[in-house]
Amino acid sequence: MNYLIAFLIVGFVFSAVMTFMYLLLWMERKQSAVMQDRIGANRATFFGLPTMMGLWHNIADGIKLITKEDFIPPLGNRFLHTISPMIALFFALISFAVIPFGGVYSLWGYTVSFQILHLNVGLLYVFAVMSMGIYGFVLSGWASANNYALLGGMRASGQMISYEITMGATVIGLLMIYGTLDLQQINVAQGELWGGWLPLWGVLLQPLGFILFFTAAMAETKRVPFDIPEGESEIVGYFMEYSGMKFAMFWQSDFIETILAASLVTTLFFGGWQVPFLTADGFHFPWGSVWNLPTLVVMVLQVGAFLGKVFFFCFLLMLIRWTLPRFRWDQLMKLGWTIMLPLSIINILVTGLVLVLLKG
Amino acid sequence: MAIKKVVETGLWERSYVPEIIRGMALTAGHFFRNMALHTAHVFGLAKDRRGSATYQFPEERRPLAPRLRTLHRLTRREDGSPRCVACMMCETVCPARCIYIVAGEHPNPQIEKYPVRFDIDLGLCVMCGYCVEACPEDAIRMDTGIVEFSSYTREGMIYDLKKLLSLSPTPKRSVPASARPEDLPQLTEPQA
Ligand code: SF4
Ligand code: SF4
Repeated sequence: MNYLIAFLIVGFVFSAVMTFMYLLLWMERKQSAVMQDRIGANRATFFGLPTMMGLWHNIADGIKLITKEDFIPPLGNRFLHTISPMIALFFALISFAVIPFGGVYSLWGYTVSFQILHLNVGLLYVFAVMSMGIYGFVLSGWASANNYALLGGMRASGQMISYEITMGATVIGLLMIYGTLDLQQINVAQGELWGGWLPLWGVLLQPLGFILFFTAAMAETKRVPFDIPEGESEIVGYFMEYSGMKFAMFWQSDFIETILAASLVTTLFFGGWQVPFLTADGFHFPWGSVWNLPTLVVMVLQVGAFLGKVFFFCFLLMLIRWTLPRFRWDQLMKLGWTIMLPLSIINILVTGLVLVLLKG
Repeated sequence: MAIKKVVETGLWERSYVPEIIRGMALTAGHFFRNMALHTAHVFGLAKDRRGSATYQFPEERRPLAPRLRTLHRLTRREDGSPRCVACMMCETVCPARCIYIVAGEHPNPQIEKYPVRFDIDLGLCVMCGYCVEACPEDAIRMDTGIVEFSSYTREGMIYDLKKLLSLSPTPKRSVPASARPEDLPQLTEPQA
């Protein structure tokens, strides 16, 4: 039975991530359209069914990409060329193993934990897996036997490594406050109330850390304004020799990284699955009233809250993606190394100082 | 001397964040305004305000400007015959050389000639409207309002006399085709 629950949770997380990816593809079309006073894709139908505001376009995309020729450059490395999109997608997907989609609930005598893998070094695991993902991009550039693709892969690795440092440095502030690398415990700690009414979400404790982390996470997703590795519009990127479903895998991994960035920001800075004043047995409002709820309802509310927050940050990332122009390479490096890294170190110092002063 | 353009950026602009938020407020403003309008349209409200600047083409057409040059037509006399006198002005002026006219002798000596063939190859036409300007008889116009006349073949783009005439309405007052030449309308000023 415990295995069944574990399987169900894995299935839930996987389908949630894949559904989000599917929705993001649709959102990318529709949100950008509405932002630019357009309507967006709305023509595809499925055997005369209603157009569903363009949702069928994703299926049309899938059919097109699957039936497309899968081209491998004759001088390229067949094996690496085939495996690198898989590496990129694989590492993007398995990072979700430690993301808590909800808390731990006991239902009808069973323990249900909405976290596939309860690791006490969860945060390290995410960073490790994310940096493994770079191999997919670099190898794809190298295996294509194309100088432009190789340069694209190099840009990808340069950018991701630079911003990973900032990303790692910004969470140190949080680690010092919560004293754990366990994402579930970080989430639990964020449910505490300050002065009885203000939920102690990470963003309140680390506002600078949030901005830095959000920017760095955006850079990790390799989307506009940090899309120099891909340069979908004019400079060519690492996947220029890819077609069909292999290309789609890169592009799925981008979307999944967007979701990962959104879920990390949610987990670390916006209370994860925490709903303000909602504890395991119901709402406890600061003015003293209590509204008891069954565990099942609490579970649905909290998981829903997590998905809602992730959705909001996906929306925000999309909004940024369709608002800002791309950074130049030198601006990118300057921003990463001379602004964000020093700021994150200052953040660590200030956090440490405040902690020492508060705790004596 | 090269002009040096200095854009003054203070610390405020260079710190990115406030300016980025300003930009995002603009795009988000558009997003939420349009979303609100689309939602209102679903419920049948605010139909007079558009949620998008684009037109959903086949169902919804953009109003055409009255001066827009669209598909040609040949105007008719009151008896329904072409007003054209095959003077070749349009054929001569056409920069794309896509008009082909064969003149025939008209029974009315006042009209002298009429087109036996009048073909426009719209595949070559650049829609410049010179033919309309050149015509002394107001016999050719580009005011049909038809903008979709694509075809799968090159031959399908060649519009002949019958087709071009059919785009003009048949006159309401029907004059028998065997009307005596004196009964045909006198050639005066081309009507505007
Ligand atoms: S519009 Fe211009 S190109 Fe077309 S038929 Fe007339 S004169 Fe020729
Ligand atoms: S259409 Fe006008 S310009 Fe052309 S041949 Fe006829 S009368 Fe002359």
